[in-house]
Amino acid sequence: MSETQSTYNYKVVRQFAVMTVIWGIVGMLVGVLIAAQLVWPDLTHGIPFLSYGRLRPLHTNAVIFAFGGSALFATSYYVVQRTCHTRLFLDGLASFTFWGWQLIILCAALSLPMGITTGKEYAELEWPIDILIAVVWVSYAVVFFGTIATRKVSHIYVANWFFGSMIIAVAILHIFNSAEIPVSFLKSYSAYAGVQDAMVQWWYGHNAVGFFLTAGFLGMMYYFVPKQAGRPIYSYRLSVVHFWALIFTYMWAGPHHLHYTALPDWAQSLGMLFSLILLAPSWGGMVNGIMTLSGAWHKLRDDPILKFLITSLSFYGMSTFEGPMMSVKTVNALSHYTDWTVGHVHSGALGWVAMVSVGSMYYLLPRLFGREEMHSVKLITVHFWVATIGIVLYIASMWIAGVMQGLMWRSANPDGTLTYSFVEAVKATYPFWTIRLLGGALFFVGMLIMAYNMVKTIAGGKAVDLPVLKPAAQHA
Amino acid sequence: MFSHDQIERNLGLMIVLVLLVVSVGGLLEIIPLFFQHSLTASKQTMTEMPNVKPYSAVRLAGRDVYIREGCYNCHSQMIRPFRGETERYGHYSVAAEFIYDHPFQWGSKRTGPDLHRVGERYTDSWHHRHLMNPRDVVPESNMPAYPWLDKTKAINTVGADIEKKMKALRMVGVPYTDAEIDKARGEIGDKTELEVLIAYLQGMGTALKNTR
Repeated sequence: MSETQSTYNYKVVRQFAVMTVIWGIVGMLVGVLIAAQLVWPDLTHGIPFLSYGRLRPLHTNAVIFAFGGSALFATSYYVVQRTCHTRLFLDGLASFTFWGWQLIILCAALSLPMGITTGKEYAELEWPIDILIAVVWVSYAVVFFGTIATRKVSHIYVANWFFGSMIIAVAILHIFNSAEIPVSFLKSYSAYAGVQDAMVQWWYGHNAVGFFLTAGFLGMMYYFVPKQAGRPIYSYRLSVVHFWALIFTYMWAGPHHLHYTALPDWAQSLGMLFSLILLAPSWGGMVNGIMTLSGAWHKLRDDPILKFLITSLSFYGMSTFEGPMMSVKTVNALSHYTDWTVGHVHSGALGWVAMVSVGSMYYLLPRLFGREEMHSVKLITVHFWVATIGIVLYIASMWIAGVMQGLMWRSANPDGTLTYSFVEAVKATYPFWTIRLLGGALFFVGMLIMAYNMVKTIAGGKAVDLPVLKPAAQHA
Repeated sequence: MFSHDQIERNLGLMIVLVLLVVSVGGLLEIIPLFFQHSLTASKQTMTEMPNVKPYSAVRLAGRDVYIREGCYNCHSQMIRPFRGETERYGHYSVAAEFIYDHPFQWGSKRTGPDLHRVGERYTDSWHHRHLMNPRDVVPESNMPAYPWLDKTKAINTVGADIEKKMKALRMVGVPYTDAEIDKARGEIGDKTELEVLIAYLQGMGTALKNTR
């Protein structure tokens, strides 16, 4: 190799990393607003584009696809270059995925408040945006797999299995769930009806969680946890087994969103069965991540980035225990339709997805801007505690609210009549919606602290593209 | 001898294996649903459930208001077969009632009550007052008010493409006749968005209204 070796493409990583923080703030701000609307329903009285029903899809799309998506792009592009010892495949296409993804987010931010929606949860974007997503996603696959194809080492690192399976699965899910018949440029109807539409939707919806929000973020975990801990992954064998088990099993779990509905019983039972099995591969990932710290536990004491990463794995373990439990039909009979589900989602989304992303970004940002560490390590610690307290308030209030709602809805008097009217359960929930608002606001404040720290880090640094490292002589 | 190491060094093989492994669940859970006649707009279902009819033009427009405003974020349309639910809402929901629902609107969260059998439960004027300001009729409610629905003629928004909408739905199996499509515009007339939405709500779940 000559001395004039090429550099890594950090530019696209930088772009996505910065947007991760910005979209995190935007998405969570909308979340705080709609949490406030549940307490004060007339907060935005009479303004159609700020009404709850239009903003809630904006919140979910922004945090999942804008915040989570940007984090996935940033980390997968960084990890795949570093572990393949080669520059990212096709700079131009990589840049297209950045601007294309931002355009999609912009379209979502405009169309959803205008009420332009397909009406399918987590897949609300209308058909022209769906097509744009497909184009960008295929480009992403070309860049990602192209980089692996041009790798300078023989072995494909485990983080890339997870990122790669996420890219493949999300492509399949998006294409089949978005089958719709256009009426006009801004309106379409799902090609499926009723039961089939529900089954396709939750096959998509659950695996948006399973792949977009889990497999991809496990890819993140498999690079950044060992890097930050300075330890190798706990068990290679465990990573092989839980990888295949996880991607196989997740795809079956969708029907647990449709327990006791008009979906045929056999499908519900399959969904429950595979959801229970899913506990094992999920915990395989958690154990592999947390145990990577064995022998280095003391680092948790004063390394706030490790605090974020390891706490995220703890929340991952907790949510993936809670999920299978909620998929048991008798438990689901109580929990479904209540705020318990909302709490469960957020223990995964804030506790796992957001925290592992935040930890990874704190690792990445200084390296992308030629610094040793973030502008203020102390502020990372502050962020960690503010975020953790926020999550605990959020999920604890939603647990209590959810169980209370479930019990009030089913409560009967000795003569068989219902004890409570629906609105009595609403009335009883207000205190918990208020606590949730506080928890969500705290988490949002944490993101503002992060943004300040990021701006200071960038201001005191300078964008650098490190030279591509030669592979070590021996490779495990 | 097979070793996982071979997969880890062969990108093509890994991609193919991932594709196969992730395809199984969806194929086995989704495909059979298309062959179960009671779940689709089949001749047999139409004969067995004569009360389940495609949405009229007015109700279809109202349903699009429902979708546009994101009502599904807080209201389910799926009554589960529990005493607590059938007492509160009426007969549990059955698959054949949804054969014309593109997309389904079952929902996943009840911040407000289920709406599947809300049809004919309240008067039109109750709905009117409730949608204009929910707290006028239910003081503790945290539902948003929808005053703008009363100011807009449906024919200018959700009804503007009504013929195209019905034709698009016909392509995916909703049996609209040419005559129904021809008179759609006239039926919507100068109704407001609020009125077509109420028409949609008043038709909900009435196919099994008198069944227990």
